[in-house]
Amino acid sequence: MMHRLHSYAMNKPARGSLLGIEHLEDKEILGLLKLAHRMNPLKARPLLRNKRVVLLFYEASTRTRSSFEIAAKSLGAITTLVQSSGSSIEKGESLLDTGYTLRAVGADAIVIRHPSAGAPHLLAKHLDIPVINAGDGMHEHPSQALLDAFTILKHKKSFKGLRVAIIGDVYHSRVTRSNCHLLTRFGVKITLCGPPEFVPDVAATLTPGLRVTRHLEEALRGADVVMLLRLQKERLAGQKIRLQDYIARYQMTAARLKLARRDAIVMHPGPIIRGHELTAEVADGPQSMIIDEVHNGVPTRMAILARALGKAK
Amino acid sequence: MTSAKSKPGSLLIKGGHLIDPAAKINAPMDVLLRDGRVAEVAPPNKLRGGADEKFDARGLIVAPGFIDLHVHLREPGQSYKETIATGTAAAAAGGFTSVCAMPNTAPVVDTAEWVAWLRHPERGAVVNVFPIAAATRSSRGAALTDFAVLQRAGAVAVSDDGKPILDEEIMRAALRLGAELNLPVVQHAEDTRLTEHCSMHEGPTSFRLGLRGMSAAAEANIVDRDVNLAQQIRESRLHVAHLSTSDALKAVRRGKRGIHSARVTCRVTCEVTPHHFTLLDEDVGEYNTNFKMNPPLRSASDREAILVALADGTVDAIATDHAPHATHEKQVEFERAAFGITGLETALALAITKLHREHKIPLTRIVELFTAGPARVFDLRSRGSLARGNFADVTIFDPKKRWTFEAAKCRSLSHNTPFDGWQFTGKVIATIVGGRVVYRAD
Repeated sequence: MMHRLHSYAMNKPARGSLLGIEHLEDKEILGLLKLAHRMNPLKARPLLRNKRVVLLFYEASTRTRSSFEIAAKSLGAITTLVQSSGSSIEKGESLLDTGYTLRAVGADAIVIRHPSAGAPHLLAKHLDIPVINAGDGMHEHPSQALLDAFTILKHKKSFKGLRVAIIGDVYHSRVTRSNCHLLTRFGVKITLCGPPEFVPDVAATLTPGLRVTRHLEEALRGADVVMLLRLQKERLAGQKIRLQDYIARYQMTAARLKLARRDAIVMHPGPIIRGHELTAEVADGPQSMIIDEVHNGVPTRMAILARALGKAK
Repeated sequence: MTSAKSKPGSLLIKGGHLIDPAAKINAPMDVLLRDGRVAEVAPPNKLRGGADEKFDARGLIVAPGFIDLHVHLREPGQSYKETIATGTAAAAAGGFTSVCAMPNTAPVVDTAEWVAWLRHPERGAVVNVFPIAAATRSSRGAALTDFAVLQRAGAVAVSDDGKPILDEEIMRAALRLGAELNLPVVQHAEDTRLTEHCSMHEGPTSFRLGLRGMSAAAEANIVDRDVNLAQQIRESRLHVAHLSTSDALKAVRRGKRGIHSARVTCRVTCEVTPHHFTLLDEDVGEYNTNFKMNPPLRSASDREAILVALADGTVDAIATDHAPHATHEKQVEFERAAFGITGLETALALAITKLHREHKIPLTRIVELFTAGPARVFDLRSRGSLARGNFADVTIFDPKKRWTFEAAKCRSLSHNTPFDGWQFTGKVIATIVGGRVVYRAD
């Protein structure tokens, strides 16, 4: 006979968990965006006083990690960072055992970033505390999609009728998957653009309202939002693509950006690599919202944490 | 084992309906077993003379003992997943009287000594175990093993299962040597150069879940190449393990057509698993690792092609690819989880529930896929049919019995099944090996 070793074995993720955008209801998304709008890190109510938030990071991160941490602290929570290097993960401790351990030391919520798709789901299935996905492999990055939606709404008033071009390494991009799930839900039309290695035809099956093109001009024409993606060398796993070819065909330059609507905004989940997917002129240009996105990450993640742990939901 | 062992004296199976496709019997028949062999098969109440024991098979189907061409019994070396004793107990509960054990153990079964070890009575097998030996040393794909020696020790086929024989020259040499010895070469058809880091079928579901996908071509290309090789070698025998894609089936059909042409004398056969005729890639849900196996669950069109091939005779056998794994190897990130699921205890129930009831494949064909079909693939003499004088291996099942499968109650040491809690129609009632009842349903 096999026995379950842990009494935490559960099937449904705890209330307040955020594993992905795909299975969120429209009203939950709108609720989070509304809540994010009300959040101000400089004038925050201590909604999470005495709550312990563990940031469990199996992968490198600057933006997501720091903004989750600042978001949690702004709301009065205690935070701890656990990374794969310098922890028992290095000694071979499994994800579930790490989760049970963090639960045992008193974690009230776990924010997890992991290179394997579905890792947050595994944790959420076995823990009775909210699990927040801060990026899992190539699957989803829900907090980034929410902050992107927040950023778009700041500049475009409403989603209705918007055209978004997403250009670059779509295949490896969890941000793109989350953004497609979120934006197409509210009537945004998205064009995915890049070479087949980065934008396989199957990408168009992800949600309704998506199409794939190899031609940059086609993607840019009439676009209200131009989202650029980094070429994820760490996830390439044997795929060969020549950087120079990519740059020649798809790099966003000031001249190419003129093909989009005059009031189009440029977005990028970061980290950006100047000279690869975009030029410095575009990154620093007047249409660039790249820094604004990072800024909006804090109130968005405050909203996510408040929903997970706070009394005011 | 929960069932009581009877002595191998004589046993009369009375009142059942016999389906023996090899003997072309599909009629009420009594079957008398004596001294481990089939003594007599006759219409009801025609058998004279007594028997030590009687088995009341009224309302039940009596069939030749089921043969599974593809199981992983995990010994030597991985007895925390399964042992020969527990694996064969699971086989008995699933109606299998013979199982063919794959050599990807620790160490790999690539010597006559290990083949003999697997067959030793001390292993505690309750059904017949036929070892499949490694085709290359340590299954590294570089140098062939000594097929003749392995065959003499009892190996019924050679395979590097778990891995393909990728190198074309090595595969050609294996088929050549196999042809000389009349030994099937079993190929795990996967171009591993195309499937690195992949954990499921390539398609909309893998894209949505952010998992790298194995393309159908990674399987079909190898089957295609192997069929070409086989057709160049007189009397070669190629068996495609756990075939899962529509394109691979096309290659197998091409190989089988060759049999009828004068110049080609190769034999190309294939097996299909119950999970591939039942489930789809999208059933993996939210990263359920009990739906992760290799080859992976495929698309709806692949499954459709498999169902057609099961019905029309292209597929030779249903094989489970029973692959037990411990909980700690499955309760991990999807990409890190071990490939494989258990299958021995659900195979017949899936075949009846899915193939017979849902897709209207006749019971006679289903029984053939479990008996005469696999017996022919590996030339298991005097098995796969209840002809007089054959081994007294019998499977008795109730094709109408409804039941719920509970993983926690299975005989296998491991519980990594996607079918926990499934409601089935069709249940094994008794399994008889060499005239002994080795399993009896409660």
